[in-house]
Amino acid sequence: MASLVIAEHDNKVLKDATAKTVSAATQLGGPVHVLVAGSGCGAVAEAAAKLAGVEKVLLADAPLYAKLVAEPVAELILSLAGNYDAILAPATTNGKNYLPRVAARLDVPQISEILKVVSPDTFERPIYAGNAIQTVQAPAGKKVITVRTTAFKAAEATGSAAVENVAAAADPGLSKFVGEELSKSERPELTSAKIIISGGRGMQSGDNFHLLEKIADRLHAAVGASRAAVDAGFVPNDYQVGQTGKVVAPELYIAVGISGAIQHLAGMKDSKVIAAINKDEEAPIFQVADYGLVADLFKAIPEMDEELAKLGY
Amino acid sequence: MKVLVPVKRVIDYNVKVRVKADQTGVDLANVKMSMNPFDEISVEEAVKLKEKGKATEVVAISVGPQQASETIRTALAMGADRGILVKTDGDVEPLAVAKIFKAICEAEQPGLVILGKQAIDDDSNQTGQMLAALLGWPQGTFAHKLELADGSANIEREIDGGLQTVEVKLPAIMTTDLRLNTPRYASLPNIMKAKKKPIDEKTPADYGVDTAPRLKVLKVTEPPKRQAGVKVKTVSELLDKLKNEAGVI
Repeated sequence: MASLVIAEHDNKVLKDATAKTVSAATQLGGPVHVLVAGSGCGAVAEAAAKLAGVEKVLLADAPLYAKLVAEPVAELILSLAGNYDAILAPATTNGKNYLPRVAARLDVPQISEILKVVSPDTFERPIYAGNAIQTVQAPAGKKVITVRTTAFKAAEATGSAAVENVAAAADPGLSKFVGEELSKSERPELTSAKIIISGGRGMQSGDNFHLLEKIADRLHAAVGASRAAVDAGFVPNDYQVGQTGKVVAPELYIAVGISGAIQHLAGMKDSKVIAAINKDEEAPIFQVADYGLVADLFKAIPEMDEELAKLGY
Repeated sequence: MKVLVPVKRVIDYNVKVRVKADQTGVDLANVKMSMNPFDEISVEEAVKLKEKGKATEVVAISVGPQQASETIRTALAMGADRGILVKTDGDVEPLAVAKIFKAICEAEQPGLVILGKQAIDDDSNQTGQMLAALLGWPQGTFAHKLELADGSANIEREIDGGLQTVEVKLPAIMTTDLRLNTPRYASLPNIMKAKKKPIDEKTPADYGVDTAPRLKVLKVTEPPKRQAGVKVKTVSELLDKLKNEAGVI
């Protein structure tokens, strides 16, 4: 059975989420093709062609696909769907946006955010914010799947597949991209960072996030936040880690002034190592933290900054 | 313009979910049920449109058991005008729900359907997009801000890197994200008034939709548990552990 993976990228760089989705797709057993839909995205296609396990890269290079707007991208995927038994996308905001359109038009159920390929038709996925894991078996026919990328290792860049151009599909003419406001940061992205330092309501203000940014810069970490901190207006929503934000699984997650609500834990509990700093020793975050420090963050974080400087970070 | 607002009855978001010992699902017996939090945001947005004179009628619809009429009642108390309950037993997958909504849209001819981006029980995040595809309508998912114009809408969306605005032709589907608005609490007089608002009762058969699940749930299990680790006393001890014991910095 052949699989088609839809690439996540920004027209310049192929996102790590693609390599992880490829690795999920290879577990289905058949050949894996990658579709790169974008505009001026030839370099992305070249990068996708290097992913281990990829047999062919399809490149649909047209202005229509520059921002991966759901309606035209879904039409493009549907125009290619006949050749594939499975269609997979990373569970990014793009994948979540266009892929259910594809499933509905194919009249098949979508299996969202798989954590594990148990067998080519059986998958594990989280429900209730990850408080339960459902094992589901797909019916015969095409499978449409989004992949929780933190659950899969990235395919390595050891391959050399061919890149083939494919024609753009007709524009359904329903919607158009107007503009975007992207957070500018020199720091790594939350979903691919090896270290994340996140602040919660305990940070008390948006300005105080500078304390975390200093640590982040020393450790080459991304800065995240709990929903409480976002709701309080300290930081924008794209910082949010949790059931309703991003799901992350870095090597190290440092939770600062975060109590550890279920919805936050849902977004970070698969991190390899969790460290927590909170002045409330009863905070639920300590029940999942490998290392807990009961302390006032406004003393502990500046101290951490000094100590890291001493250690040469 | 008529606005349709689907609402789902789900386990209350404050309830700690327990997996049943026989692995058939989660325990819903004697558990508090509420409206899906994202759907409250949808209702709020629809009611605000009506208050601004941009919507003429707000219809709350739900697919679920008889008790889902209480969820519709909540929407009516928040300001929706009438309800439609499509009665079902057992779980209905997003695709079947979207097919029922499609039939309702064809009958009701709304200008906008506002859905929650996901239900906090199955976390599928599919129904709105599927409904849009089945109707051949555009979608603005994970909405942060809505601006209606003549025959179109600008929807600002929450995306991984920040915010994106798309222009969609009406009729359209919008799915709500958390920062679109803060849902109101229903006042007592409005709760009383809601009791008199009509709720139509239908079945999936009325819309010719087969709700038999396509996916087979083999089991539902507890996620692997994380053990609490150790408490450290100082920042330098913490850094020492992270560097020399865990090797992550």
